[in-house]
Amino acid sequence: MEKKASPINRENAVISIRDLKKSFGSLHVLRGVDLNLYQGENLVVLGRSGTGKSVLIKIISGLLHPDSGEVNVLGLSVGSLSDRELLQLRLKVGFSFQNSALYDSMTVRENLEFPLVRNYRNLTRKEIDLAVEDVLDGVGLSQAINQMPSELSGGQRKRIGIARTLILRPEIMLYDEPTAGLDPITCIDINNLINEVQEKYNTSAIIITHDLTCAKMTGDRIMMLLDGRFERQGTFEQVFDTDDERVKTFYNYNFTD
Amino acid sequence: MAQKSDTPADSSRKYVVGRKLDALFLDLYKINRFLGRFFKELVLPPYEFKEIVKQCYEVGYKSLPLISMTGFITGLVFTKQSRPSLAEFGATSWLPNLIAIAIIRALAPLVTALIAAGKVGSNIGAELGSMNVTEQIDAMEVSATNPFKFLVVTRVLATTIMIPVLAMYTGFVGMLGSFININQMEQTSLPTFFVGAFSSITFLDIFSSVFKATVFGFTIGAVSCYKGYYSSKGTEGVGKAANAAVVTSMFLIFIEEILVVQVVAALR
Repeated sequence: MEKKASPINRENAVISIRDLKKSFGSLHVLRGVDLNLYQGENLVVLGRSGTGKSVLIKIISGLLHPDSGEVNVLGLSVGSLSDRELLQLRLKVGFSFQNSALYDSMTVRENLEFPLVRNYRNLTRKEIDLAVEDVLDGVGLSQAINQMPSELSGGQRKRIGIARTLILRPEIMLYDEPTAGLDPITCIDINNLINEVQEKYNTSAIIITHDLTCAKMTGDRIMMLLDGRFERQGTFEQVFDTDDERVKTFYNYNFTD
Repeated sequence: MAQKSDTPADSSRKYVVGRKLDALFLDLYKINRFLGRFFKELVLPPYEFKEIVKQCYEVGYKSLPLISMTGFITGLVFTKQSRPSLAEFGATSWLPNLIAIAIIRALAPLVTALIAAGKVGSNIGAELGSMNVTEQIDAMEVSATNPFKFLVVTRVLATTIMIPVLAMYTGFVGMLGSFININQMEQTSLPTFFVGAFSSITFLDIFSSVFKATVFGFTIGAVSCYKGYYSSKGTEGVGKAANAAVVTSMFLIFIEEILVVQVVAALR
């Protein structure tokens, strides 16, 4: 169940965040977050619901703006990019949504083609078909190509959501609660897929989750968000080897739920 | 004399009014930015021609049955209801002319726009609202595509192009409904009906009608997209977006009707 070691380049931080703060009205969600994601690394961000985990990756992808702090992705400061530069950066940063966010009026094929044909307008029909078949094969769902999202199971939707981000060949993957709402067997399939993506596509990833099995199976390193800050980080064992009641409660609830 | 200080109720009222004014100005600012972005995205490549055609089909072709029925009934009933008043003066021969003026100048664009606000506006508001709630718009954004161009520009263009076409069609079926009633009652032939109908219709009448319909079309598209695109999260947000798209569009359509009528009257 433990993740095998990945080749991580600790000299090269593909994402670097310094003193990030974000509030919604009087609710202070992130209160000074610091984070480095190294090339080739799967970094798991753990935390209870509502602690700002998803807010963090939405800020990284430029969907939300921070109140203060510095966010650097692949050497670029996200806050100071023009619209065009942000689009270029987003080609390199894949985002897998918690509810998959598949376009429900399009078939699986159209979902996968959508970002490709809009970003690479000179591709031939054959090249598009090949790219679609390749990523679908990669997530093990070649047979679903002509199905509508409503005809897919939760696990299949997650896979297609991941395939849709992979089709642009991103360098970084951001997974928002990849195993939320799935049965335990499907969770393990998705965790294995996350590891396969890391190996096959050579990606670095931030995996947002509150599922400890997912954290253990996919994380090279784990950071725990407590009260708006990263207060613990390291391997799974290092993070949970503590007397901090908040961490112990989180651990116990996860395995007794 | 000492100045009277505010009671808690006064302060609370001022606070509520202040919040509402804040919200109003914020909304105006957002609408301004939305329109600015629309015109910017409209002219900048790449262009989503395929999606524009698809949306024109959705707005135009799929509205035809409802528009046909409404236009036909409007023409027929308006003729039937107008006859007694004209009959009192022995002026039923003026019916085609009266109906043509009413339909072309006012009813065709207005009825079409109101029907489209209900059918198309609610559809766009709910569709974009639902896409917003389920993070599909965010998904487009993070996959380096421009959701505004794909979702908003195409739909606003489609309504702006198709509502005038539908309004002309409504005018045609409305006149047809009117002719059937007049033909039944007065045995007027089709050529006689049309000669009478168009005897006092000018280019300005047709131009203002098409212009009005274009403005209405733009309003329906822009309002519905705005309400859907910026809907609040949650299923309630989708319902509110659809509802606000219809109500706000209809309200603005009536305001625009008054304004355009005043301008055309001054030009006449």
